[in-house]
Amino acid sequence: MKSKSFEGFMKIVFIICAATSILAILLICYFIFSGGVPFIMEYGLKNFLFGNKWAPSHSPQAFGILPMIVGSLLVTLGAIIIGVPIGVLTATYLAKFSNKKIYRFLKPSINLMAGIPSIVYGFFALVVVVPVMRNLVGGTGMNIITASLLLGIMILPTIIGLSESSIRSVPESYYEGSVGLGASHERAVMTVILPAAKSGIISSVILGIGRAIGETMAVILVAGNQPRIPSSLTQGVRTLTTNIVLEMGYAAEAHREALIATAVVLFVFILLINGIFLIIKRRAMN
Amino acid sequence: MSKLSIRNFNLYYDDFHALKDINMEIGEKEITAFIGPSGCGKSSLLKSLNRMNDLVEGCSINGEVLLDGKNIYDKDVDVNTLRKRIGMVFQKPNPFPMSIYDNIAYGPRTHNINNKARLDEIVEKSLRGAAIWDEVKDDLKKNALRLSGGQQQRICIARALAVEPEILLMDEPTSALDPISTSKIESLVQELKDKYTIIIVTHNMQQATRVSDKTAFFLSGEVIEFNDTDTLFSIPKDKRTEDYITGRFG
Repeated sequence: MKSKSFEGFMKIVFIICAATSILAILLICYFIFSGGVPFIMEYGLKNFLFGNKWAPSHSPQAFGILPMIVGSLLVTLGAIIIGVPIGVLTATYLAKFSNKKIYRFLKPSINLMAGIPSIVYGFFALVVVVPVMRNLVGGTGMNIITASLLLGIMILPTIIGLSESSIRSVPESYYEGSVGLGASHERAVMTVILPAAKSGIISSVILGIGRAIGETMAVILVAGNQPRIPSSLTQGVRTLTTNIVLEMGYAAEAHREALIATAVVLFVFILLINGIFLIIKRRAMN
Repeated sequence: MSKLSIRNFNLYYDDFHALKDINMEIGEKEITAFIGPSGCGKSSLLKSLNRMNDLVEGCSINGEVLLDGKNIYDKDVDVNTLRKRIGMVFQKPNPFPMSIYDNIAYGPRTHNINNKARLDEIVEKSLRGAAIWDEVKDDLKKNALRLSGGQQQRICIARALAVEPEILLMDEPTSALDPISTSKIESLVQELKDKYTIIIVTHNMQQATRVSDKTAFFLSGEVIEFNDTDTLFSIPKDKRTEDYITGRFG
């Protein structure tokens, strides 16, 4: 009798625990949107999203976030171009080519990469990549390429981890079927295993995009942070995330609301990315 | 001269002695059945014949398997060429998750046939050879995984035929299939006999009597008896063979 009431009690505990995270996400949604949406309405969605001038301290103030949207998309795209081939091939190597000895060393190293605080990555890029970039292309060395390179490295653990497990989950029978026809190990892996792991690999890329677009502290150190639409890859950019961090400390009134509205846009991006992720995952199940 | 000669062949999984001193001559364009209870080594021997056992960790062998007089375990043998010559059909149908056409064309493409017209020809010929052309010819772009189990297995046979092997190894090809699919595969095996040397592992003794010319009975890693199928099933020489085929164990 006592154990039954205890079970009932524990059930409630579990429900509360489960509800906490859902509650958190709902609260975040509510406060971000209620803080940002009125501003967007007032300023005009089109002016806000497609205005290319961000000048909160001018008179009149201008709050166009197109430069930041472009900046976020560019560094994310750059990160994908750099991170995806390296990540997917690393995962392939780990799952299908490395021997146990190398694996035992490599795998924890990659896991460690995931645990390094992003500011440490940023600092590394600041003292190592930025000077190199300065010598190569001139200027401050803080530009789209630097930020892309940094983010490309930072999304590696996400891409490698998920890709590796999806490659490993491809049935061994596919591999046997392929080598049974006289295919080499390399050909079997590249033409049968990888295509079969496609949906998992794409999921990993999408999570990587989510990570890259949301990254802030590392990017702030090396991206240059100029709020303008860049005309070349060697110019600095400001992303949606860094825009918020840079100015939130002193912003007030409309400026502050504009920053919250920036967060709304970022949030919508993340929701879209997660939506795509879910759709792909569901399609893979069928 | 026999197509395949297995001589003093031993196989170990780490310390476990899985095949003990196997000697067997397999003639060209004959169907040989391997029968025996689970774990008797018949699948291990089959896998050894195109070196799929290379993929098994801890597996080691000694002895010889001669294909047209040449030991397939010699150092200078290219295992990919060997597997092109000795094709394999697996227990569980394992078509690749791609279109029917690409499944069949996979082997030829692996061996550098990329001409579209030539591939079309091979695909049709292989699918006809595996008695499934009429069922799939209108929809070669369809994902092979969406076919039924029996169709999938015939796709796998067609895929194996597409590289024009000399020998076809079949590892319990019907054990995962329903009776109708099974009978289709069995009659297919009969037809293939004109062109290929076939070795088929089976749990099913009726199947061995229906399709094979010769039968080898395995027990605990040894070949107990190897003879014409009719003889082996009607007048077995060994008591253990008799016990097995009459259903006293296994």
